[in-house]
Amino acid sequence: MSAHLPILQILIPLMAAPFCVILRHRDIAWLISLIVSLACFAVSLLILDQVLTQGVISYFMGDWPAPWGIEFRIDVVNAYVLVIVAAIGAIVSLYGRHSVNKEIPKNRIYLFYTAYLLCLTGLLGMTATGDAFNLFVFLEISSLSTYAMVSLGKDRRALTASYQYLVMGTLGATFYVIGLGLLYMMTGTLNIVDLHDRLVGMDGSIRTLQAALAFLTVGLSLKLALFPLHLWLPNAYSYAPSTVTAFLAATATKVAVYVMLRVFFTIFGVDIFEETGLANVLMIFAIAGMFVASTVAIFQNNIKRMLAYSSVAQIGYIMLGISFLNATGVSAGLVHLLNHAIMKCTCFLAVGCIVYRMGTVRLSELNGVGKKMPWTMGAFVIGGMSLIGVPLTVGFVSKWQLISAAFEADMMPVAALILLSSLLAVIYVWRVIEIAYFREPTQNTGVKEAPLSMLIPLWIMAGAAIYFGIDTGMTLGIAEIAADMLVGGTP
Amino acid sequence: MSLELSIILAMAIPAIGAILIALTGKIPNLRETVTLFTAVALFLNVLNLLGPVLDGQTPEITFVEMFPGLAIAFKVEPLGMMFSLIASGLWILNSIYSIGYMRGNKEKHQTRFYICFAIAIAATLGLAYSANLLTLFIFYEVLTFSTYPLVSHKGNETAVKGARTYLGILVTTSVAFLFLAIAWTYAATGTLDFTKGGILGGHVEGPMLGLLLMLFIYGIGKAAVMPVHRWLPAAMVAPTPVSALLHAVAVVKSGVFSVVKVIVYTFGIDNLVESGSAGWLVWISGFTIIAASMVALRQDNLKRRLAYSTISQLSYVVLAAAILTPISAVGAALHIAAHAFGKITLFFAAGSIYTAAHKTEVSQLNGIGWKMPITMTAFAIGALSMIGLPPTAGFISKWYIIQGAMSSENFVALSVVVLSTLLNAGYFLPIIYAAFFKKDDGKPDHGHHDDHGEAPLPIVIAITSTALLTILMFFFPDVALNLAQQMIGGAP
Repeated sequence: MSAHLPILQILIPLMAAPFCVILRHRDIAWLISLIVSLACFAVSLLILDQVLTQGVISYFMGDWPAPWGIEFRIDVVNAYVLVIVAAIGAIVSLYGRHSVNKEIPKNRIYLFYTAYLLCLTGLLGMTATGDAFNLFVFLEISSLSTYAMVSLGKDRRALTASYQYLVMGTLGATFYVIGLGLLYMMTGTLNIVDLHDRLVGMDGSIRTLQAALAFLTVGLSLKLALFPLHLWLPNAYSYAPSTVTAFLAATATKVAVYVMLRVFFTIFGVDIFEETGLANVLMIFAIAGMFVASTVAIFQNNIKRMLAYSSVAQIGYIMLGISFLNATGVSAGLVHLLNHAIMKCTCFLAVGCIVYRMGTVRLSELNGVGKKMPWTMGAFVIGGMSLIGVPLTVGFVSKWQLISAAFEADMMPVAALILLSSLLAVIYVWRVIEIAYFREPTQNTGVKEAPLSMLIPLWIMAGAAIYFGIDTGMTLGIAEIAADMLVGGTP
Repeated sequence: MSLELSIILAMAIPAIGAILIALTGKIPNLRETVTLFTAVALFLNVLNLLGPVLDGQTPEITFVEMFPGLAIAFKVEPLGMMFSLIASGLWILNSIYSIGYMRGNKEKHQTRFYICFAIAIAATLGLAYSANLLTLFIFYEVLTFSTYPLVSHKGNETAVKGARTYLGILVTTSVAFLFLAIAWTYAATGTLDFTKGGILGGHVEGPMLGLLLMLFIYGIGKAAVMPVHRWLPAAMVAPTPVSALLHAVAVVKSGVFSVVKVIVYTFGIDNLVESGSAGWLVWISGFTIIAASMVALRQDNLKRRLAYSTISQLSYVVLAAAILTPISAVGAALHIAAHAFGKITLFFAAGSIYTAAHKTEVSQLNGIGWKMPITMTAFAIGALSMIGLPPTAGFISKWYIIQGAMSSENFVALSVVVLSTLLNAGYFLPIIYAAFFKKDDGKPDHGHHDDHGEAPLPIVIAITSTALLTILMFFFPDVALNLAQQMIGGAP
């Protein structure tokens, strides 16, 4: 049994999805997706434990050995990402029932759960697989189901948002395949480890290799919404149902970052970056994103859109860490992958509670919400504090690690820029706090606190934001092991 | 009880107190009892640490390793001991005062007020005992954010605006400068521990050392060295107990405490003397002292005048540390204590006047001394201490600072101290004179509050106690002096 854990991780949600369609009942569909998500979470923990104790897991699909067959290959890096995705999945499905019932038309709810399970399958598959083309397949599974989920939003603009996402996402996926095709031309293999072995020592100045790297980078940057390729993200996050937004914000872009790391460090290796100067380009876009997106966030009236722009900025932090190309920087990126998932999920879940009770996402209509929904806003404040990077929250851990990496790379000005940009977060978070706590409520006088079934998952995330902000042994510890592996070039 | 436990309890007691206050919020009498009990328990717990520290021990405990080789850790050294004694001791008096003030003025959200107050005290104690810069930074930030709801307490537009300035300046400076300075220190030395003699010697040199010091000084915005002082007057929108304990003692003293710690334990006095990169600090703190006193002269609002006086007095501590002699460092430590007692008395008096007479401006105080004799006598004692006249605590600390300036022949510092003493007298003595010797002009616009007497009893108790402390420290400076001398490693 334990030998089949990697495939189980994918198989459970994949097999469960059709049942939701067949049964066509919203509560049963919710129950199925809840059980499946929890099972996936348990499996991912088992896998992580196995990887940490026994080392890399290699699983041959249908017993066809790599590099001919499809290999599922799990080391510390993707075991870590698997846990993040599965954990968020579990929390979101625990939370989702009320929110989904309120925000998605009744006759489409079972479709939402189907799409959600498929999306989970795709994301977990992308993370677990050791085959670059198989990764593309899972990427498409997750993307297509995501487009469907976004389009389920009540606001009719969800449809255009979804369409926009579809166009941009397809572009990204296409670029990924083109890049992969070029690599296949060079090496004749699609297995990631095999690619690594064949590319080691290959001259970095070969045009095809550089073109492949360029296509892969742009394609993945689109998927992970690196500024200025983020245009699909604000609309998709704003108009999707709240549960979907919370899930996507914490997982979809994160998995794309993981794939980027794989491509950069496992397939190509660190050397080519110094040759092509790609890392510097990424660093510039990352820093630009941190400032521009945070500034745009300050001027939003839609709280979901504000958080969406904040996501773009936070992705900048992750990419900045990676672009330092040292172990500390990559570990900063990896730990922020988790930390940002936690804090942004907290914020979006809190917003989901507000939408559930007040039916609005406009900041101007949220006057005094802090008094009516103290628990919801309390969690939001914790999430917001993390976005700023206040000590004793997860945000501080990421920021400290990122700054250390900047000093290690001898780039003190970059360290100063990181800190300056985080001041912008103070402004957009504090706008919400002042509105929520210091303005007298004007309307919606009958608003109550959100139901317990939403508050519990919300506070699990908020608690995690504080717990992992103090005890970093598990998060930063694992991120550092993973970063050492990636930068050290161990496949 | 073991000393390690005492360290943890120093933060745990107010934290638990905050929870209990939240639970008992519906019953005001019980809630206030909880506050008082918590404050007394905390003070006793801190006292438990005093003996061993006076004997030369430095109890320490590592809480959790946050980054590899970098932990949230606590270590009680003499200066921290002194600061924690002041903060926890005055918290008792301030709680008594708060009860009188908050009820007397029928303030809203009193539960939130007491909760945030307890958290702020917990953060202050954590800061006082921090064993390294990381821990210090963490509690520094917690203190900023936990005092925000206190500053914005009234919730009206002025309060929100003032609180925005408060938070904006403190967060901006700490994130942009202090965090950077700490990360830089760590990158250069590989440690952040507070070590006797400093850690930077031989790692950062020349002009870079001066730059790093500048990042620290302006990063610690709570020390209110000009031009990052504007948050302090802005914070005066808070209820007076907050201004009294937090913006005359806990928060601002956290600032100068951090400055002294950084200069003594991170840079090292000798290291700074050799490199000569702290000369600018004497000028800038001297400028702050004089400029803030001049501004204070022109303030008619009593709390604002006190706020500018605080800015000026805080820079005394910075100046004393910047003189870079052991004896002036003792003066810096003593001034933290002396100013605390004096300034809290003055703020208590301001709040007392507001509660009893609803007067906020200096120009309204004619003849008030005869209606509120206890309040105004206490005010006079506090003012004398600010000026630095015997028999008050302010005299002792000023004495040491002047000694330090003389011994290093620092005539800039010396003339600043002399000039500012005159200015202090210039903005305090007229108030006392007006209160006792001018006739109440009895303008009708304040008429309905004219027939007031002394403030409520809790206020009177608190204000008498702090005034007495100001005098007692003059006659019995032993404990404070002992601790201050231990900080620099024996009597100078």
